[in-house]
Amino acid sequence: MKTLSEPVRREALAYLELYPKKEAALLPILHLAQKDFGFIDDEAELAVAELMEISPVMVRAASRFYFMYHHQPIGEFHMQVCQNISCTIMGAETILDHLKNRLGIEAEQVTEDGKFSVERVECIACCDRGPAMLVNEKLHTNLTPEIIDQIIGELDPSRKIK
Amino acid sequence: MPEHILVTRNFQYPDQPELKIALSRGTYEQWKRILSEKISPEDIINEVKTAKLRGQGGAGFPAGVKWGFVPQDTPKPKYLCVNADEGEPGTFKDRALLEKDPHQLLEGIAITCFAVGIHTAYIYMRGEFYDPQRIVQKAIDDAKKEGLLGKDIQGSGFDLEVIIHMGAGAYICGEETALLNSLEGKKGWPRLKPPFPALVGAFGCPTVINNVETISGVPHIMNMGGEAFQKIGTENDGGTKLFGISGHVQKPGLYELPMGTPLKELVFDVAGGVRDGHELKAVIPGGSSTPILKPDELDIPLEFEAMMEAGTMLGSGAAIVLDETVSIPEVFMVMSRFYAHESCGQCTPCREGCTWIYKIARKIYEGNGVPADLDLILDLAPMLDGTTVCPLGAALAAPAIAIVEKFRDEFLGMMKN
Ligand SMILES: Cc1cc2nc3c(=O)[nH]c(=O)nc-3n(C[C@H](O)[C@H](O)[C@H](O)COP(=O)(O)O)c2cc1C
Ligand code: SF4
Ligand code: FES
Repeated sequence: MKTLSEPVRREALAYLELYPKKEAALLPILHLAQKDFGFIDDEAELAVAELMEISPVMVRAASRFYFMYHHQPIGEFHMQVCQNISCTIMGAETILDHLKNRLGIEAEQVTEDGKFSVERVECIACCDRGPAMLVNEKLHTNLTPEIIDQIIGELDPSRKIK
Repeated sequence: MPEHILVTRNFQYPDQPELKIALSRGTYEQWKRILSEKISPEDIINEVKTAKLRGQGGAGFPAGVKWGFVPQDTPKPKYLCVNADEGEPGTFKDRALLEKDPHQLLEGIAITCFAVGIHTAYIYMRGEFYDPQRIVQKAIDDAKKEGLLGKDIQGSGFDLEVIIHMGAGAYICGEETALLNSLEGKKGWPRLKPPFPALVGAFGCPTVINNVETISGVPHIMNMGGEAFQKIGTENDGGTKLFGISGHVQKPGLYELPMGTPLKELVFDVAGGVRDGHELKAVIPGGSSTPILKPDELDIPLEFEAMMEAGTMLGSGAAIVLDETVSIPEVFMVMSRFYAHESCGQCTPCREGCTWIYKIARKIYEGNGVPADLDLILDLAPMLDGTTVCPLGAALAAPAIAIVEKFRDEFLGMMKN
């Protein structure tokens, strides 16, 4: 049975104070749980339900509805590549292909060493600077294959470029 | 700087998010004036009505009128939800407002809450907005320390808490009633209206929901007066709007222009026209939910009614410019994939219809389409309009019909027979 680490637990309980109904703290607390556990599986859902004293099925409904919650491990560096219209017409497909080649994985997969994962996402609201992607919490814009190589090189200097 | 530059006035200064600097440039002056001169909530609402400030989240409902719907005699608490879920493809204006001038938004929130009698405001921000969250949270903390938010603001007895609520990746939560459900920890399923949020909103209480840009305009109305604000724009659409332009133009970016500026001017003058050596093929004028326009259809003023009369919509003011290198079937495939992916699934016509349209679009894009597929789309699409809880289905239907009708030849050209 998973339990949240003590600091995260305290942070989570503070969220309950921000709303007139405790259920409203569910999304922020799921974000915290995901940071703590890496992803949200059945046990993580139960841990959240227990902490908030709400029904597990409510936690399940939210964790499965929202795309940002992952149900299996993702890479240490999670690369979310925008594939919507503005980025597509500026070459997002080429960027995605290059990224997949360099990392040797398909979209929605994780590299064997667990370092990188790639996900295709919808518009991330920086369309004038496409193609764009988020790597964890950092936004990268005006991407080119060279910039992709540079980003990978900085995140994992020992990596052999394929 | 041209006189009409309002909400982007301080975008050029990277230090604008710092409270001391923002104060030195006049931010919070209107908020302090309202409290010190004891300006009445009714006067503020009337000023915003006179200003003809329209909702900038896409639907264009007059903000002052909306505020007026909130009952004043209720014993229940009232809430403000600021819609910072920016997800309409092509749109990137709210991110800029949050990152570049968070105190302008907070001043707008404070004035709005004072006008409607609200003591708790939630900023519902899309989950991927990590930088905006950090910047706005710091701004809230600083403003509270300075006594501009929080308890007994400036000794007036007025309390206001501002809380950021992060979403978790679902475009539909930008729809106002889905946003309310999401705020309450539920799945982001839109609610049937009525009741409207002004009466039954967050936690069953009266709630105002406004877009980031709408609220950011409020301090400027109080600064210049509603009448002067309205005059910048057109008769029914007061003030300015942030237009985002992306794709194949010389100068993609964000531009603040008076309401009513011709779309043509935005594309050719402001953004410099299509990139060198290329020619214009089409413009999606206001985010991916708005019907596409051909080059000879751009002589329309950018205001809510005029755009509707022209068979499209102002939407979020996010123009996507396509040159001749773009494959329209690819754009259609990407566009319909988005709605199929983002349908919340509670209404059959939307859930099934968006998926079907996407499947057909993909089939055509992959080169396996037949001419009858185009008629199938034209038959299917109207079934998504008006049969559902929210307008997401319609947000694909109208653009799908327009793109198929206007680019039929290009679609047919991709087909074998
Ligand atoms: C599918 C859908 C998505 C929407 N997404 C957004 C959004 O991301 N941001 C926003 O402000 N409004 C969005 N809206 C509009 C809101 O429902 C609502 O009209 C708006 O927040 C009201 O604020 P305003 O009057 O200031 O524009 C969306 C509407 C629909 C139907
Ligand atoms: S129209 Fe689509 S997105 Fe809107 S409520 Fe129905 S299924 Fe959900
Ligand atoms: S389309 Fe890629 S950021 Fe908007």
